[in-house]
Amino acid sequence: MNDVWSWQRAAEALPPILEGFRITLLATVVGTAIAAVLGLLVALVRRSRSRWVTAPVGLAVEFVRSTPLLVQLVFVYLMLPSVPALVVGCVVLGVHYATYMSEVYRAGIDAVPRGQWEAAKALDLPRTRVWRAVVLPQAIRKTLPGLGNYAISMFKETPYLFAISVVEMFTAAQQFGGRTFVYTEALTMVGLLFLLASYPTSLLVRRLENRLA
Amino acid sequence: MPETTAPRDAAPSGTVPAPARATTTVQGAVPAIEFQGVVKRFGDNTVLDGLDFSVAKGDRVTLIGPSGSGKTTILRLLMTLEEADGGIILVDGDPYTHEIRGGKRVEVPEKRRRAVRRRVGMVFQQFNLFPNMSVLENIIEAPMHVLGLTRAQATVRAEELLDQVGLADKRDARCTQLSGGQQQRVAIARALAMDPEILLLDEVTSALDPEIVADVLGVLREVAETTDITMLIVTHEMQFARDVSNRVLMFDHGRIVEEADPETMFTSPTHERTQEFLRAVLGD
Repeated sequence: MNDVWSWQRAAEALPPILEGFRITLLATVVGTAIAAVLGLLVALVRRSRSRWVTAPVGLAVEFVRSTPLLVQLVFVYLMLPSVPALVVGCVVLGVHYATYMSEVYRAGIDAVPRGQWEAAKALDLPRTRVWRAVVLPQAIRKTLPGLGNYAISMFKETPYLFAISVVEMFTAAQQFGGRTFVYTEALTMVGLLFLLASYPTSLLVRRLENRLA
Repeated sequence: MPETTAPRDAAPSGTVPAPARATTTVQGAVPAIEFQGVVKRFGDNTVLDGLDFSVAKGDRVTLIGPSGSGKTTILRLLMTLEEADGGIILVDGDPYTHEIRGGKRVEVPEKRRRAVRRRVGMVFQQFNLFPNMSVLENIIEAPMHVLGLTRAQATVRAEELLDQVGLADKRDARCTQLSGGQQQRVAIARALAMDPEILLLDEVTSALDPEIVADVLGVLREVAETTDITMLIVTHEMQFARDVSNRVLMFDHGRIVEEADPETMFTSPTHERTQEFLRAVLGD
């Protein structure tokens, strides 16, 4: 029982960990989708000329960004007891990262040359077309690597969902360790799975970055 | 075409306030463009200080002068890329960004600005094609979404224009794959696709290699010969100015210091600043 590594234990730990991995991926994908859409909305709203619009949104963004994700998760989970923990997790992850992604979008929009806006105006394009056909396609191309990196960060922060008892990969390993009193195999596999998923993804993002540069 | 849309030309002078200042256009005709006391400042720098001038319909006017003399600012004001700090600008007699109402200078609502802006097209020094679109998409974007043409209608017109600028085979190319000269010819086609009454050309060859300048100027010469579009041209290509324009305005410090037909302007300028400028430009 006191051998350092047991392949048999590893094999026993694998199914619950893989089930946890599924939840981890789900939370990351849904969280990223929420963050990507909400982040864009925030970036657009913050360009409004009205201070009555930009000031409260700016304050909210600052608040979310300046408080820890863990605190936000637990707070929302406890405040909304009737909402399933996984839903709370996805939404809080999404909102938290939306504040970061909105900055990526802002930079992408700012990077669209002034001449593009001027040409659009010279053609008298309506506002919606200027954004949809000219500015956003160019801006979003430039934001993809940044969004990708934040998605990877989010993936690596999903273990925080442990705090609101979502059984993602890390929680699954913890539970397995709790049952068997040995954590080595389970936690090692969790680490390896994180590495296995995030490293190739980050290589992909880097390639994307080079291709779009 | 202007005749059919020009009831305001015939309006009795009682309903339309007479232009505040004498213009150089044919008596009675409404100028295509009229600046009345236009002021433009950038910070402490006053670029235009009460500029008055007008351009008759169908005129091809070249603006020359040292950099910083306000030529490009005039084009940018006409495209509403900048806003004047004083005075008013009329296009076909219609107030553009500001008008005088009850003796006060007030802003024209965006809807009416747009109606005026729609008659004005511009070609930029840096082309400013949309890199996320193909050549054809660049040209049909505004006709479809501003003029309300169908894709098929817009495409027919775009293909004619591409043919005219000698790029029919580049229809589906990405703009980024084209040379500078080709991009600029697409930009010209894009501006023409909106059937502008006024075309602003802002140093359209300045960003091009010398050997392809001629292609672009050739296209513009043809436009000048085959249409009656009013053109305002800022250029350093004096030969082009001479070939295409019927009037040349020499600017210095935001004022017109000399005005003449191109022949006179380039062979026997009278103002000292013009002589200096032309010596500097044509000297080498």
